[in-house]
Amino acid sequence: MSVVEPTLSETQLAAFREQLADGVIDHDGLAADYDADENAYHIETPDRQTTVSADGLETVPAEQAAYITNWYFYTQQVGTEIKQAFCQWLEQSDERPVPDRYAALESGIEREWGQLEITTTVSTDGTRHYEIRHVDDSDAEASALTAHTDPFDARDIGTLDADDRYRPLRTAPSLKQGWIFPELSANGVYDAVEAFYPATVVNWYREGRGELDIDHWQDEQDRQSGIYNLITVLPDEAVDWAAAACCDDSQCLKRREWELSEDEPLDADGGDGVFPCRGPCSMVVAAGREWAKLEREDSQTYEFELTPTEKEQLEAIIDAVADDELDEIREADIGNGANRYRVRYLREKRFDEDGNLSGTPTHPDAHDEGPGDDDHDEEADQN
Amino acid sequence: MQSLVIVAHGSHLNPDSATPTHTHADTIRATGAFDEVRTGFWKEEPSLREVLRTARGDDIYVVPLFISEGYFTERVIPRELRLEGWDPSLWESDGISADTATLVASDIDKEVHYCGPVGTHEAMTDVLIRRGESVTGDPSVGDGFGFAVVGHGTERNENSAKAIEYHTERIRETGRFDEVKALYMDEEPEVDDVTEHFETEDIIVVPLFIADGFHTQEDIPEDMGLTDDYRNGYDVPATVEGHRIWYGGAVGTEELTADVVLERAADAGADIGNAIERVRQRTKPTTGAAGD
Ligand code: SF4
Repeated sequence: MSVVEPTLSETQLAAFREQLADGVIDHDGLAADYDADENAYHIETPDRQTTVSADGLETVPAEQAAYITNWYFYTQQVGTEIKQAFCQWLEQSDERPVPDRYAALESGIEREWGQLEITTTVSTDGTRHYEIRHVDDSDAEASALTAHTDPFDARDIGTLDADDRYRPLRTAPSLKQGWIFPELSANGVYDAVEAFYPATVVNWYREGRGELDIDHWQDEQDRQSGIYNLITVLPDEAVDWAAAACCDDSQCLKRREWELSEDEPLDADGGDGVFPCRGPCSMVVAAGREWAKLEREDSQTYEFELTPTEKEQLEAIIDAVADDELDEIREADIGNGANRYRVRYLREKRFDEDGNLSGTPTHPDAHDEGPGDDDHDEEADQN
Repeated sequence: MQSLVIVAHGSHLNPDSATPTHTHADTIRATGAFDEVRTGFWKEEPSLREVLRTARGDDIYVVPLFISEGYFTERVIPRELRLEGWDPSLWESDGISADTATLVASDIDKEVHYCGPVGTHEAMTDVLIRRGESVTGDPSVGDGFGFAVVGHGTERNENSAKAIEYHTERIRETGRFDEVKALYMDEEPEVDDVTEHFETEDIIVVPLFIADGFHTQEDIPEDMGLTDDYRNGYDVPATVEGHRIWYGGAVGTEELTADVVLERAADAGADIGNAIERVRQRTKPTTGAAGD
């Protein structure tokens, strides 16, 4: 039995009557119809069947009233099918019947969407309330967080990371902490989530219905024009490296569903995100263009003189940069190959005055300048 | 139900690139003229490819927040939005007269109204003038002032210069400023020599650009001699060779640009009530003008 004691308002009863005057209700465990001959309503919920007279609707048992408030909320207060599906997911509606769900909603049902923790609660009339905060602020006192009411504030919160660096990829796991949306409506929670992670809800919804349209890498290649044409020359194996580099869960919270082509899967792991990625994003396409340029170069054999530890040190430096661990290396941790003093020492010892490792020139014949940087002009593009 | 979708370039590098798009979307959202206002970007999210699926209206108006007709408005946007049967000739444009075309977007299997860019709409002239008012803090600025509209030039896109000329001529026709000239970054007459092109002591300089970035914040101020190093900022007005230069930055950041977005949608048939009037009121500069 629910702890929340639902009460049916006049508005809710009027909507219920109006709906049944036109037809039946079959929603989330509630079945109801109106019998004009008897001027009575038949109401059926999983554990109960009642018939009440037209003017006795207020007296339906609390458990059934809960179902009616639930019907009212979802059909009259939540805008679209997509929002309904999302709000139902937020309260795990497929796991509990309405009375149990209301009991759970009383203390709040929490779900994670990327780095968002979304908590749903319910009031006695069935209206849901939503709170959003950063997952890592889960235990923080709400009063210690900056409160926001406008869902579109989410856009600004998501623009810069905690170090004020721009986040061009909104689904990168670098959302900053310290904020809270304490009270959002169903429409508000949808708008805020959309602003944090654009188009993720609609793509998740399409996926749930088996309708997610996927643009694989080769589809993307075929479509590109202008400067992005270059990605057409990126070798297939490089696409795998690119996906492993960019789409890994440590870099992007979307679950990559695109492959090389429909029947050529990539080896790279697509990740475990709740929401899917349906095609290479503009960051990956732009990076792919860069890599396509780089892949036009041939490998060369170089000879370097390094101690075994120095070779391992180079590997440690690459790992530290790739895994974004530089900030964690302590100043005096000289044992770590990527420690700044260690790296400066290596540079002193192994670079010549032109910055060549082991004095080995990059281009022994000095003609080839490597792939030039023909970066285009973003600002001019829009003007 | 009506949806407005503003599409823009965005950037991977510059967080300010999308700011005008968001600001204008907020302004229009506040008028309530549309049931929803969505934004989509070439370089940011949601992508142009996915923006239409975030809109749920029966009548969807897509307005490109771009300055001129060209590669983006004619090829990239229609392709990414999946506008079936798109052809630039549907706009019947001479390079600055694109208005609207109605096509089915296969992503959502619905018709959308694809509008011409904001930069070539006649209402953009008012925004340029408004920027002149806001940068000088004088709602009746004009007498004794020159006005320079700045663009890239024709090197990248012939239509870009057409848009500049068009608004320059329209500002001139108002008779409000003593002199009105079009200047360019990469061709004659060059913005570098701004003071040589004007007799007036006071010159308002406004780039016909959508967003602030490298060109409007670094190149142009340095090229005009407002500052030796953009990082040190510059004065408004700054004195250069005996002229006072009132440099306004990208016109697209002027709040009144929201009005042009509305005009585009209204031209395409959107029912927006008196939203245009309200935006004009709302975005009036509150900076106390001298003598007010
Ligand atoms: S392409 Fe990769 S990095 Fe880009 S959004 Fe999809 S999963 Fe994330």
